[in-house]
Amino acid sequence: MDTNIEMNLTPVSLDEIKHLISERAIQGETVLLNMGPQHPSTHGVLRLLLELDGETVVNCVPDVGFLHTGIEKNMEAKTYVQAEVMSDRLDYLNNVGNNLAYCLAVEKLVELDAPPRAQAIRVILTELQRISSHLVWLGTHALDMGAMSLFLYCFREREMILDILELVSGQRMMTTYIRPGGLWRDTPVEFEAAVRNFIKTFPGRVDEYERLLTKNPILLRRTQGIGILKPDVALQYGVTGPMLRASGVAHDLRKAQPYSGYEQYDFEVPTQTGCDTYARYLVRMEEMRQSLRIVEQALNKLPLGPVRSNNRKFIPPPRSELGTSMEALIHHFKLWTEGFTPPKGSVYSAVESPRGELGVYLESDGSPKPYRIHWRTPSFTNMQVLPIMAKGHLVADLVLIIGTVDIVLGDVDR
Amino acid sequence: MGIEQKLGNLGIVTLKLEEVINWSRTNAMWPMLFGLACCAIEMMSAQASNYDMSRFGMELMRASPRQSDLMIVAGRVTRKMSPILRRLYDQMPDPKWVISMGDCASCGGVFNNYAIVQGVDEVVPVDVYVAGCPPRPEALIHGIVTLYEKVKSERMKDWA
Amino acid sequence: MDETTQAIVKTFQERFGAQTDEFRGEVSLILPPAHIQAACQALRDEFEFNLLSEETAVDYWGETSFGRNDSSSEQSPRFHVVYRIRSLPRNQIIGLRVPLDGNAPVMPSITSIYANADWFERELWDMFGIRFEGHPDLRRIVMPYDWVGHPLRKDYPLGYEEVQFSFNFDEIDERKPYAQE
Repeated sequence: MDTNIEMNLTPVSLDEIKHLISERAIQGETVLLNMGPQHPSTHGVLRLLLELDGETVVNCVPDVGFLHTGIEKNMEAKTYVQAEVMSDRLDYLNNVGNNLAYCLAVEKLVELDAPPRAQAIRVILTELQRISSHLVWLGTHALDMGAMSLFLYCFREREMILDILELVSGQRMMTTYIRPGGLWRDTPVEFEAAVRNFIKTFPGRVDEYERLLTKNPILLRRTQGIGILKPDVALQYGVTGPMLRASGVAHDLRKAQPYSGYEQYDFEVPTQTGCDTYARYLVRMEEMRQSLRIVEQALNKLPLGPVRSNNRKFIPPPRSELGTSMEALIHHFKLWTEGFTPPKGSVYSAVESPRGELGVYLESDGSPKPYRIHWRTPSFTNMQVLPIMAKGHLVADLVLIIGTVDIVLGDVDR
Repeated sequence: MGIEQKLGNLGIVTLKLEEVINWSRTNAMWPMLFGLACCAIEMMSAQASNYDMSRFGMELMRASPRQSDLMIVAGRVTRKMSPILRRLYDQMPDPKWVISMGDCASCGGVFNNYAIVQGVDEVVPVDVYVAGCPPRPEALIHGIVTLYEKVKSERMKDWA
Repeated sequence: MDETTQAIVKTFQERFGAQTDEFRGEVSLILPPAHIQAACQALRDEFEFNLLSEETAVDYWGETSFGRNDSSSEQSPRFHVVYRIRSLPRNQIIGLRVPLDGNAPVMPSITSIYANADWFERELWDMFGIRFEGHPDLRRIVMPYDWVGHPLRKDYPLGYEEVQFSFNFDEIDERKPYAQE
């Protein structure tokens, strides 16, 4: 048997990976297969080293790092406002959520409050982004199962959400609309009509997807009993988000530690006890409906007022004041050349992203650039249960298990 | 041009062989599924029904490099990924083209650090660069149409 | 600080000699590395802190122009490993901070207590060079296998390449390694 196994084009000897694979592979009974970084079903650049007994997976070793962008080190070289631009590109299906996590951490560090109108608009955009992320998940999950037309339907809804984001900020995906202290600028007048139009059409579409899929015998055969994750194993491995809620643990950061005004809105946290892929499907479908409920309540209660905080030590003044006020000019100059300087100390602030707990650990040493920023990303932690869920299943089920973890490789590798 | 002007509508068209070959190469160019990061989501949006790419012959994306002509490098290429990118490019049969989609693939984009290859043209030769972070689906389609114009002006001996 | 947190702080001060730090409503306990496994065991079993949210590290190398005075930067340890552990039943979060000395520090791993520390510690080995004893599989996780160096250390360069503008277009064009066919 050829013992020279190729990993990343530099031959790695068998000794280095011996502790990861079972004895049977070394004997030659099972096959070691590389499900490489470029693969249609891995949802990004994920590499899996599979040990197969025929078609059954005996062990699966994930190999990540093919999208490692060095964002944490790069953010240390930029000021706080410049570094936010990089935060969009982490979890690229949840751009607004990443911005919100970063801004909440910065605001906690400098003890700044965003005005209520800004908080309400932040909630609306974050929930719309959650819906769009779940739509991409649904489209690609169905595509993995063979229901190819659903992919096109989901992207059609997603275009409506991207149109709203483009209306508000000018960019479809990487908006950087949420800034520390509030928002970049107020929403245009067409915003409310666009969101109301979305609220009117979306529930009918979700009903359409449920009619197509939820009682579908093919979906039931392919997802029930696949990828079981028991709640105690999930807690041991620090799994959060829909994966934890589908195992019966009702933990949602929006209810447990509310941020940005979530305590004013009335919504449920969907929980299932099935622990399998079908339960996660049901949880995410229900989450889309609950997110729409939150958007509707926030839009109805949207208060009037400013969208940026008045604290001129951190927020630049509007340009109209620069001609008349000396202090405004000085603040503008200091903030745009040097940046604001937070006090020394470290904070941790977490939000609920569509994948789980997205946390930012921010440490400042009194300079205008962050000294250390660490992103606690949900997909990095959720990936660790993949080998446990995949043991004993077929390769075709493994494809669905990867889909149900809902990983985004930008999140895993940062 | 040629016979049909003299003899009327016989259902015959006369062309140069080069034009026929270039026309057939553009009308059914199959891209390889090489979406890496955020630009891949915009590429999927371009493939979906709002900005349909199958009007340009790209009905399906082939996962295997042996069955594709076009590699759209969508997303940031890290140093760990670049030998794999080169290997996939080498596995594609001639004629092949590369579109570098987005800022990160064209020049390193927002990220100027130890982990990202500053421009994918350090790894594979690129034909068309599409700018944007991420480029709108319409920008990607503009890039594809630019590539078609480039292909239509190619000579037969380029790929012979 | 509420009652349960005060109880935890008191227990830790008595048992492990921990110091407390409170900033923006968050409590951090500073422990020596030898006690970290016992501390995490106590947190999980006695105080119902069942989810490890985060395990990361900070590198305090060199002086920054703001803040740190000379005496503290010479004596203070170079790496601090920071943990954040959540308690779902009590809805609380607590932080732990472990200072480590030296340029190639070693500390015990908590993989036996919280299983997701596995990849967190692999990332710390990869990015900072902190070795964990008792870790089942300590290899590089996000950098290539044959990479030399630990990128997130402060003495590792960012890898910034000169940007090609129009005034230096030709110079950079000549030395950029373009790919051949």
